[in-house]
Amino acid sequence: MKHLKTLTLGAAAGLILGAAVAMPGTAQADAIIVQSTTSTQNSGLYDYMLPIYEKKTGNKVNVVAVGTGQAIKNAKNCDGDVLLVHAKPAEEKFVADGYGVKRSDLMYNDFIIVGPPADPAKVGGMKDGPKALSMIAKSEAAFASRGDNSGTHKKEKHLWKAAGIDPTKASGKWYRETGSGMGATLNAGVGMGAYVMTDRATWISFKNKGDYKIQVEGDKQLFNQYGVILVNPKKCPKVKVKEGQAFIDWLLSKDGQETIASYKLKGLQLFFPNGKMM
Amino acid sequence: MRPANVVDLRGGAASDASAPGAGADLFPLVLDDVSFQAGGTVLIKGIDLTLEAEGATVIMGPNGAGKSLLLRLMHGLIDPSGGTVSWGGAGMGEAVRKRQAMVFQRPVLLRRSVAANIDFVLRLRGRADPARRQAILDHAGLAAHADQPARLLSGGEQQRLAMARALATEPDVLFMDEPTSNLDPASTLVIEEIAKAARDRGTKIIFITHDMGQARRLADEVVFVHKGKVLEHSPAETFFTQPASTEAGDYMAGKIIL
Amino acid sequence: MQDFGAAFLTAFDLLIGADADLLEIIGLSLRVSISALLAAGLIGLSLGAALAVTRFPGRGIVLVIVNSMMGLPPVVVGLVVYMLLSNAGPFGFLGLLYTPEAMIIAQAILILPIIAALSRQLIEDLHAEYAEQFRSFCVPTGRMMMELLWDARYSLLTVMLAGLGRAMAEVGAVIIVGGNINHLTRVMTTTIALETSKGDLALALGLGIVLLSIAIAINAGVMALNATAKRQAYA
Repeated sequence: MKHLKTLTLGAAAGLILGAAVAMPGTAQADAIIVQSTTSTQNSGLYDYMLPIYEKKTGNKVNVVAVGTGQAIKNAKNCDGDVLLVHAKPAEEKFVADGYGVKRSDLMYNDFIIVGPPADPAKVGGMKDGPKALSMIAKSEAAFASRGDNSGTHKKEKHLWKAAGIDPTKASGKWYRETGSGMGATLNAGVGMGAYVMTDRATWISFKNKGDYKIQVEGDKQLFNQYGVILVNPKKCPKVKVKEGQAFIDWLLSKDGQETIASYKLKGLQLFFPNGKMM
Repeated sequence: MRPANVVDLRGGAASDASAPGAGADLFPLVLDDVSFQAGGTVLIKGIDLTLEAEGATVIMGPNGAGKSLLLRLMHGLIDPSGGTVSWGGAGMGEAVRKRQAMVFQRPVLLRRSVAANIDFVLRLRGRADPARRQAILDHAGLAAHADQPARLLSGGEQQRLAMARALATEPDVLFMDEPTSNLDPASTLVIEEIAKAARDRGTKIIFITHDMGQARRLADEVVFVHKGKVLEHSPAETFFTQPASTEAGDYMAGKIIL
Repeated sequence: MQDFGAAFLTAFDLLIGADADLLEIIGLSLRVSISALLAAGLIGLSLGAALAVTRFPGRGIVLVIVNSMMGLPPVVVGLVVYMLLSNAGPFGFLGLLYTPEAMIIAQAILILPIIAALSRQLIEDLHAEYAEQFRSFCVPTGRMMMELLWDARYSLLTVMLAGLGRAMAEVGAVIIVGGNINHLTRVMTTTIALETSKGDLALALGLGIVLLSIAIAINAGVMALNATAKRQAYA
């Protein structure tokens, strides 16, 4: 009897603690999951844009922000309704393999290379991405890479290839693969005085810049295109086609594109819409 | 507070369950060539012993003689390596052990109140009842301590509680392993009186003691154990006046026997 | 290193301001971790007690496994639970991925071995003391487990607090199975990870201080209750 009494007391205490707790988002039946990238989340775009969309349509959008590589993998596991990433070749393959219905350009910004003010590789003010990378390699100045198969990482590898250099030979020496998200890699890079290639949006919103400066920017090759794809219900029957497509349609609509363009941080526009309504 | 000898623990005063010898069917206790070994050492060596239902049996012998092992073999806390222990023709098992209880040298009390320690065994035997618990605590002189943590009682009170708890199961046989060896004389007296009262109601008492005076006060018969063997089994008056073995004589004379 | 000073100021502001978003995040952290604790406690204490009082062939191996699992990396637990709950996995049909329930499952798995292993040790020590008396009274095994759990209750509370601490502190598992979705599965630790990756180290550390304060409050509260109860019932 005494046991029962104490158990009841314990359970009551648990319940009181539990009741003090705000219940999380309740009805989630029509909420969609967007598999997306850390750069879009870290830049604050979703925090700005989603409340606007949810207010207009009443539809809830949940964003899971991981690297592009993992986002695509998760979407292939049917753990998302919409894919919003930035690695065009991989996205096209995703659609070609039947996992996505259709890929649409959504918006762009650009990549930049940031580095310490001392600029040991003397790349400050350069435009040419591959050339800047080959100078960094030649001077063996520290370079922090995402190393996580994300969209940014894929782009970086592409630029190394264009420069004709295989930096992974210097892995662990001056070429340092963090295997982490954009922000974590920036934290690491700033911490060890390494150059980092990052998307401009993350950089502008990043708060731990230290005395780092943008050293390389403005090259066409540093273009960063985001695309959006509805996960294919033929592969993933549970995909919320109606709600997912509605979100994509809104993103590509005049209203959605203007919303993206209107997101500014410190007076700077972070993403430039270039979506086309079908 | 001294226990009242007349209180009947077996349930109301008029209960016929209290008739002396209610546990007679458990007897005789027969140990047939019982041996016990641990770690390659033979500690109990082929003991043959028969105990009857009547009276209190005291097991005596020097330290290391195997008294505690013998008691545990009788109660079935350990199984013999050889030979058999039987109670009234039945083998040792839970059915038998449930009709027995044991009080240890150091009382093993639950980390709860005094009352909860009694309730534990009453519930175990399916008869939880505040009135019964109250009667038991009254009898043991512990009623005033009912709500105290059992482990904060004095040594004497703890052993009294252990006794009361053992008797709450209404055992036909009560084993005691040097129950008063750590106690002051006053507490020893109380324990002895509780034991006597139980014996007078027909509970068979089998106990170990080093206290010669206690043995004389309580024992009806004596089993003398030395080096894992029973050297002597005789009525108390015979044992204390004319021990059959020199070892028993030496032991009572306070000599170290090897 | 001005971040440290800023972090304390931020933590102070966060606590004083009682910002609605922060309260929601703290609330979800508590809800998830306490639920995980209740689930893991129910199973872990039973398992610990059962392992403490029973002897069977292969018991040693089971103990080694349970003890080793105390060191389960959260990220591995997260990954396994993700693979199980993913729509491509065997339990995808439950639709639990990216919900607080998935986080509860992951944390419960993470702390179950801690509760089972530590309670097993505690109860086994207590059982060593009680075993002979229990055998004398013919206490059935199940009953024995209950009585031992009850008598070890104050020590077990510390075990439960260790479990709660581990659950509330981990990030590796919940960020994978919860997805760190704003207003749905964002808890203290995933918020700290997010703010760190945004480079807002002061805010991240401030949140860490808030988390620590909550942990201290819970532990102090439980210990105060414990001390009172213990004085009344226990030696």
